[in-house]
Amino acid sequence: MQPVSIRLSRCGKTFPDGTRALEPLDLDIGAGETMVFLGPSGCGKTTTLRIIAGLEAPDEGGSVTFDGVDVTPLPIEKRNVGMVFQSYALFPNMSVAENIGYGLRIRKRPATAIRQRVGELLEMMRISPLADRRIDQLSGGQRQRVALARALAAEPRALLLDEPLTALDAKLRDVLRLEIDGLLRRLGITAIYVTHDQAEAMALGDRILVMDHGKVAQIGSPRDIYQRPASRYVAEFIGTMNRLSGQPESGGFRTAGGLLPWAAAPHAAREAWFRPEDTALADAASAPLSGSIDAAFFLGDRTRLFVSIGNDKPLVVETAERREFRIGETVGLQVDASRILAL
Amino acid sequence: MQRKPLFWLQLAFTLSVCVFLVVPVVLSALAGLTVNYQTGLSSGLTFRWVIEVWSGYRDTIFRSIGISLACLAVTLVLGIPAAYALAKKQNGFTRALEELLVMPVAVPGLATALALIVMYGGAGGFRTSWLFILVGHVLFTLPFMVRSVLAVLLAIDLKTLEEGAASLGAGFIQRFTHIVLPNCRAGIVAGSLMVVTLSMGEFNMTWLLHTPFTKTLPVGLADAYASLRLEIGSAYTLVFFVMIVPLLIAMQAVAQKPKQTFKTDEE
Repeated sequence: MQPVSIRLSRCGKTFPDGTRALEPLDLDIGAGETMVFLGPSGCGKTTTLRIIAGLEAPDEGGSVTFDGVDVTPLPIEKRNVGMVFQSYALFPNMSVAENIGYGLRIRKRPATAIRQRVGELLEMMRISPLADRRIDQLSGGQRQRVALARALAAEPRALLLDEPLTALDAKLRDVLRLEIDGLLRRLGITAIYVTHDQAEAMALGDRILVMDHGKVAQIGSPRDIYQRPASRYVAEFIGTMNRLSGQPESGGFRTAGGLLPWAAAPHAAREAWFRPEDTALADAASAPLSGSIDAAFFLGDRTRLFVSIGNDKPLVVETAERREFRIGETVGLQVDASRILAL
Repeated sequence: MQRKPLFWLQLAFTLSVCVFLVVPVVLSALAGLTVNYQTGLSSGLTFRWVIEVWSGYRDTIFRSIGISLACLAVTLVLGIPAAYALAKKQNGFTRALEELLVMPVAVPGLATALALIVMYGGAGGFRTSWLFILVGHVLFTLPFMVRSVLAVLLAIDLKTLEEGAASLGAGFIQRFTHIVLPNCRAGIVAGSLMVVTLSMGEFNMTWLLHTPFTKTLPVGLADAYASLRLEIGSAYTLVFFVMIVPLLIAMQAVAQKPKQTFKTDEE
């Protein structure tokens, strides 16, 4: 089936108790695109997904269209979307094969076609030996694969994944993240992936929608969001950000650790924001900034230093230098001025 | 293998409890088969009493079985949707409703029966039909069905399972029959066994609700013990056992039927 484009317009959600879960949202998701909804719990990302799925209706005035066709009044069972739930929602009364074939059974496909399609999916997810197992005999990772296979079996127009990896341990999460990524690229299906894990979002998303308290904080490619965060909220949520307070003056930005050569500093800037990878150790005598080492963690290939300057939160700097670092030692720092942001 | 003294003590205790429980049953069964219980077994064994019970009280046995099965049918039809509705919407109101449902169990059966008679006693045809008794039995047994199904439904993540099925295209009826019912089967079976046994043995309420033409087994049994020979009463009990035990075993067997394994090549 051709991938579908999805458009939300003025989709808000107010729960019966008056809680505003989602401010009216406009969003376009291209056909075949993988869109990640990212944010902490309670930010409205799952609500948005459920509105797209048809499990929640948007508030009056909101609409959801698939390829330009208004599907707002349709319940989920009429939308032909595949959904993977955080708890998997596999049917305990059915075997693995029956679970995967359920959507086809509902669509009254002939038995041979169902068997063949189920076989294909079992193969694709590499769980063929599990076909006749009961659900309670599966591990978490196996359940996840069954849930994915089941959601894909009836060739849905879009695949919706609600925190599909959250229930798994870190190692398995990495493996499955790669698998899901490969799967989505290969199938070219329109996919919406909800997560609170920014690493997952960066790895999987063509675009990421960062949400905060029911509002869009930023929408853009992983690179955009990482390199040009639109707000402090986004900057702090995605990756690690260093922050240094000070005042702009001629030739730079005056901080407790020295004059940061940030010529482009806006007049009103009171804080400079930059990534650890744009920060480097430099000779203490000639470096523009200096601070003292608060903590040092040897990571093997590099050392992560926490350098404290004035009263700011210690800056994170990573270095490949092979020497030992002492706590309290004074080090010089330099920052790539073109990468400094005022947020 | 060396057993601890405690083991023998426990064994002796268990056996004595068994004897305490089983001996009356055996004696009662024997009484129903003895020519004259006063004289004892020496008077000889006979089927006379059993035959007498069968010819005189057969209808009460079949009526009881009929009422208990009808009661099961009604509680299934009313109880499962009720439990489903209660499980779907858990709030103060539904919890209060759940408690209210249990009232007929807490209120003495005689009081419920009296209320029914005061209210509907004037409805001639209804008052004299077995349906009148059925109503009482349903009131009394419904909470057992609702509770056991509800307990199972609350233990599974019903909402997400249904959403999962819906996402695969299943409408309400399909979700209910493919997902909800199979997954609360254990509760339905447990509730069914409760309902049938409770209805079959119900005496309190039935004693007030029955008419001479709608005697149930326990009422007939009370009559027999009160007004006829002990041997007849005992034979009655014997017949009751012979009838009811296969029924219960059959229900258990249905319950333990291995999970239907529909392969993907079905349908």
